[in-house]
Amino acid sequence: MTQELWELLGKGILETLYMVLVSSAVAYVIGIPLGVLVFVTDTGGICRNRAVNFIFGGIINLVRSVPFLILLVAILPFTRLVVGTTIGSTATIVPLVAAAAPYVARMVESSLKEVDHGVVEAAQAMGSSNFQIIYKVLLPEAKPSLVVGATISLATILGYSAMAGFVGGGGLGAIATNYGYYRYDSETMLITVLLLVLIVQLFQEVGLRLVNHIDKRIK
Amino acid sequence: MSEDRIIKLEHLSKKFQIKGTEVTAVDQVDLEVGRGEIFGIIGFSGAGKSTLVRCINLLERPTEGAVYFDDTDLMSVGQAELKKIRQKMGMIFQQFNLLEQRNVIDNVCYPLEIAGVKKAERLERARELLKIVDLSEKEKAYPSRLSGGQKQRVAIARALATNPEVLLCDEATSALDPITTKSILELLKKINQDYGVTIIVITHEMKVAERICDRIAVMSEGKVVECGAVKEIFLNPKSDTARRLILSDDQIDESGQGRKVLRIAFDGQSSFEPFISSMTVHTGIMINILGANTENIGGKAYGQMLIEAPKEEASLQKIKEFLTEKGIYFEEGGKSA
Repeated sequence: MTQELWELLGKGILETLYMVLVSSAVAYVIGIPLGVLVFVTDTGGICRNRAVNFIFGGIINLVRSVPFLILLVAILPFTRLVVGTTIGSTATIVPLVAAAAPYVARMVESSLKEVDHGVVEAAQAMGSSNFQIIYKVLLPEAKPSLVVGATISLATILGYSAMAGFVGGGGLGAIATNYGYYRYDSETMLITVLLLVLIVQLFQEVGLRLVNHIDKRIK
Repeated sequence: MSEDRIIKLEHLSKKFQIKGTEVTAVDQVDLEVGRGEIFGIIGFSGAGKSTLVRCINLLERPTEGAVYFDDTDLMSVGQAELKKIRQKMGMIFQQFNLLEQRNVIDNVCYPLEIAGVKKAERLERARELLKIVDLSEKEKAYPSRLSGGQKQRVAIARALATNPEVLLCDEATSALDPITTKSILELLKKINQDYGVTIIVITHEMKVAERICDRIAVMSEGKVVECGAVKEIFLNPKSDTARRLILSDDQIDESGQGRKVLRIAFDGQSSFEPFISSMTVHTGIMINILGANTENIGGKAYGQMLIEAPKEEASLQKIKEFLTEKGIYFEEGGKSA
């Protein structure tokens, strides 16, 4: 193990965290409204709208059904348009967001489904507007579940980011590909895999602790 | 109905489409609820009571008919106006429906928050309400730490936050034990008397209706089959549904094995007499009691008893004569074979 390799891995970790955290944040900025929209327009939702639900649900399903590597390649022109290049960590954020946002939307939707309909009904009976129901009832009541969802999403996005290493993305995935795959350096490959496992564990642990802290139902 | 009416339902119907077939949950209901009264809507599960009460605040939009609150036709008002009117109608539920991620005081503050009341004012009003429902010391507790009765008290405080004129109670005591039920009903009665809030109670328990209602409507298969003063219906039920609600189902089952049954309903003065003993002495007939249920309601003792009627017509006649002489209401049959 050389000093060089450690520096490489350190840089890889930072790049990976950068890609994953930034793309997750952007994916949530898109995914939360999208998930809410699909939830409230669904049958039994507070503002049912078949057409809206069908269109946005359809878009989510469409993107979700494209394998990540194919999606990554397919949107290369778009990536170049946005960040000016198709290689490196920043370029990877674009396809990561594209793949993660619909995933996050479904996670958000399923968290909202866990909120007891009776609570929504009570809020309606008190004269709440739909908007008030969304930001004062649905989202706060679903908060613990949303955090669990975020933990799962982070692990998934981390997996995607590693895959992006194959086609010029940065981070630990690129190291695993370049050293482990192309140079048959299985030691480095193993180390990167271990690091990825550790990062997933870290996300998981932080997420669960946070859930225990914020969920008022358990205490 | 002593005073003017606050709610009026006119030819109200609600139909649902369930898997292509049309289900009529509420069928041509006409009802008037007087200002300041406690009105009960009673019926078995699936009779349409919960749908009916949801039509009053338009949580369910009626398929036909009209809902009047004071003189406002609710079906004709816009969304913004409807929200304002809903703030004048509190509602509580069987499952309490509190916000689990908010503590007690923030739950009570919720309706004030959406009504745009300032924070300091909200807290003051919420504390006042928690005092009324006797939960001041639980201000910071989260719902998951409260008992069912305490949760319902929070729900009541929350429903009263915006000073509503009407309180809708959808099976509010059905998830509670008898002792808690009693205390919640007493609280509702107090709210009705002290603050003049009109209360509409949905229940499947005759006991609940007897305890607090002034008038009741009996519902069956979406229709109101009987409506009147609670005492009147209790003593002299005209519909089969009312009769079955008065006698609990197991009492009916017990009496169903080919035995003839007499239901005796009595009030205040006569219930304190050694009634069964004197009947036995007078008629010389041994009395078999199948079920009994007596209670002190609104300062008067109400009660009913189910006795096995003798098979011989002569003996039965003797008993009937005795009851008539004593001025005690009775009816034959219950629901027996």
